[in-house]
Amino acid sequence: MKFNLKVWRQKNAKDQGKLVDYTIDNINADMSFLEMVDVLNDELVRKGEDPIAFDHDCREGICGMCSMYISGRAHGPQHAATTCQLYMRSFKDGDTIYVEPWRAKAFPVIKDLVTDRSAFDRIIAAGGFVSVNTGQAQDANALPVEKADAEKAMDAAACIGCGACVAACPNGAAMLFVSAKISQLALFPQGQPERNTRAINMVNQMDEEGFGNCTNIGACEAECPKEIKLTNIARMNRDYLAASLISE
Amino acid sequence: MSTLNSKIPPGPLAEKWSYYKEHAKLVNPANKRKLEVIVVGTGLAGASAAATLAELGYQVKAFCFQDSPRRAHSIAAQGGINAAKNYKNDGDSVYRLFYDTIKGGDFRAREGNVYRLADVSRNIIDQCVAQGVPFARDYGGLLDNRSFGGAQVSRTFYARGQTGQQLLLGAYGALERQVGLGNVKMYSRHEMLELVKIDGKARGIIAKNLVTGELERHFGHAVLLCTGGYGNVFFLSTNAMGSNVTAAWKAHKQGAYFGNPCYTQIHPTCIPVTGDYQSKLTLMSESLRNDGRVWVPKTKEDAKAIREGKKKPEDIKEEDRDYYLERKYPSFGNLCPRDIASRAAKEACDDGRGIVPSGFGVFLDFGDAIKRLGVEVVKARYGELFPMYQNITNEDPLKTPMKIYPAVHYTMGGLWVDYELMTSIPGCYALGEANFSDHGANRLGASALMQGLADGYFVIPYTIGNYLSSEIFTKSIPTDHPAFAEAENAVKERTQKLLSIKGKRTVDDFHKALGKIMWEYCGMARTAEGLTKARKMIQDLRKEFWSDVNVPGTINEFNPELDKAGRVADFIELGELMVVDALNRNESCGGHFRVEYQDQGEAKRDDENYRYVAAWEFKGVDADPVLHKEDLVYENIQLQVRSYK
Repeated sequence: MKFNLKVWRQKNAKDQGKLVDYTIDNINADMSFLEMVDVLNDELVRKGEDPIAFDHDCREGICGMCSMYISGRAHGPQHAATTCQLYMRSFKDGDTIYVEPWRAKAFPVIKDLVTDRSAFDRIIAAGGFVSVNTGQAQDANALPVEKADAEKAMDAAACIGCGACVAACPNGAAMLFVSAKISQLALFPQGQPERNTRAINMVNQMDEEGFGNCTNIGACEAECPKEIKLTNIARMNRDYLAASLISE
Repeated sequence: MSTLNSKIPPGPLAEKWSYYKEHAKLVNPANKRKLEVIVVGTGLAGASAAATLAELGYQVKAFCFQDSPRRAHSIAAQGGINAAKNYKNDGDSVYRLFYDTIKGGDFRAREGNVYRLADVSRNIIDQCVAQGVPFARDYGGLLDNRSFGGAQVSRTFYARGQTGQQLLLGAYGALERQVGLGNVKMYSRHEMLELVKIDGKARGIIAKNLVTGELERHFGHAVLLCTGGYGNVFFLSTNAMGSNVTAAWKAHKQGAYFGNPCYTQIHPTCIPVTGDYQSKLTLMSESLRNDGRVWVPKTKEDAKAIREGKKKPEDIKEEDRDYYLERKYPSFGNLCPRDIASRAAKEACDDGRGIVPSGFGVFLDFGDAIKRLGVEVVKARYGELFPMYQNITNEDPLKTPMKIYPAVHYTMGGLWVDYELMTSIPGCYALGEANFSDHGANRLGASALMQGLADGYFVIPYTIGNYLSSEIFTKSIPTDHPAFAEAENAVKERTQKLLSIKGKRTVDDFHKALGKIMWEYCGMARTAEGLTKARKMIQDLRKEFWSDVNVPGTINEFNPELDKAGRVADFIELGELMVVDALNRNESCGGHFRVEYQDQGEAKRDDENYRYVAAWEFKGVDADPVLHKEDLVYENIQLQVRSYK
């Protein structure tokens, strides 16, 4: 297969950046998108040019590191898949493919397709946990959890923190990400003592980082590689409102 | 010559850990605040250690090369975590988990360490549940279990097919909580490139800021290496692209012995290799062997017809299929340990009965399970795994059998550590997959998560105090100390050398060439002749690398090719050590299979001559490493031929 690529090249955070054209030939349909970029980079290095910088690690769709905005869609055209799990058979021979980094105020570009997503870590640090020190736990079966709740919590916990929701959202909102963690912990008895402070602190941190707000567009849910549901945002809003009402 | 003291506490097996805890020295809270600990790597071992030490009051600095600590490759572990809870009432106990682990490791692990691991396994589950880890539950709301290889009880806790992810996110949450509280300073996109020693003790690291390329000096009263395994020495493996041996290798070159480097685990159920462009191999969880049956056709003719697309798996009648694991190992069947299942797959394919075009693949068939349980139950049990397989291969495993083949997955070898997890450098520790300690010559499924978290949550918080209690008078050493300057200069020189070669071959060229040598000669079957040849080939490759590699760009920028080049250079040196170790070990045990030492295809151990840990001391890149032996003493179990028949 042959492709025309238009790839975002930006030397560093201060550089303006621009789309650069590349053509690539002899691509196998069973290659992943990242392997296709590997082949292109190999060619660039052999020609003495600067290879395209991109984030990637596990290449099995779970670490959340890969993050390409492909022809107008976060992680490309395949539903419920990360960039590393996108295969070239999803494209037609001769296609022109645009490759860009996540675009959001809170995710500044580091180089080419690599962005700084440390804002997510800071949101988790603001409250995305249960405050239990090692060694304080009671027996694991002492607190039964209704299976349906455990399943819902697991659905939310499947979030890989890639940031596709933010990239897909016209408002650059991170509410799907934040609400997934808030929901997971709110559905468990272990999460109750800090439920109110957690909602307030995480949402405040989210605002501070410069993420936008939710206007119920639903692009985040549509593009999420792990199919995290909008219901989580509803749960978060409920918790946030309740917590705001009772806080001093 | 030998300074190897494993420091196993005295007393009966079941009381050693209690004895240790009761006698270890403590550091009072006021002094903890003055002590700084560096943690390199933020997977299960690193994140849990960093969080726990910070909770105790130490000042912690944590480092990871990824953009966030949550990305560490522990996240990719699928199937589960073992714990001797006996919630199933099926006869499990701490002793059984201990025994299964020792036996699974083919009697090449320390009794004391493994018993402690089995013992604290129960606390891990409690801790993770308290953190809100969403383990699978049954309808009564209690925790569910499943079976894994090498065990006859159900002791594996799981969160769909994403157990590693959920456990890591639990530890990551605990770590971020400490970051928020100011007790941990987190350095993401930082890679450790040198260990700094002062007066023989580990006192810090040189880390590279991968965004700016700047080298930074960091002091610590102790340094914890939680940097994972070295499976990527084979180029193709189930490891993440960034997984590397560099931090551990730097420590090795500074004097930390490397234990049993040749013990590598080839996992039986991975998606087979299809082409040269492939960058990594994808694991299909061992848990699938609970319901999947492994087979190849009985005849070469049928196998050939399948390879050529003339026959489909469903065209092969039941009586013409060879369910070889069930045939050879009736009491464990498809759930025999990984090394055995892998070798059996290789044997079937070497016999000409492989079922993928390359010849290297076997079927994992869910047909029977679907008949027995229905499609929905099977689907629910394995969560993401089926869609993931279908996405990669374009085939639906609910309709046609999966195709699988063994791939490099885990490394049992690693930095040699004593009972306290300290390497042979005082103050330098190794935790999780980075150390060699608990799995012997083969790791059982669902035991890696257990070990990573045991080391981080429950072992190091006790053992580090025993060392740091004598460091309370050591003030923070300023990083303008000559030892830091010297270490930084060494890193600078090496980096400049890499960039100045400007040869013709890319870094990946060399990595792939190394991988081919390792897979061919130091993979599933090894011979003295092949290993001898491999050593020479690796030495030649190293020379070629340092004269012909092409690394683009400069030092002071975000330059992933440069980072990769440094890692591959270290892998080449490690590869040679693995070959040396494999050649030294004239026996077969667990994942180390020497063709010369077998009993009709089964590994033949030599307990009389090789019942020891091989701990290698670095003597220079061109010099032979020196072997130190730690005898393995078995006081509680009898060595026997490992049988799963």
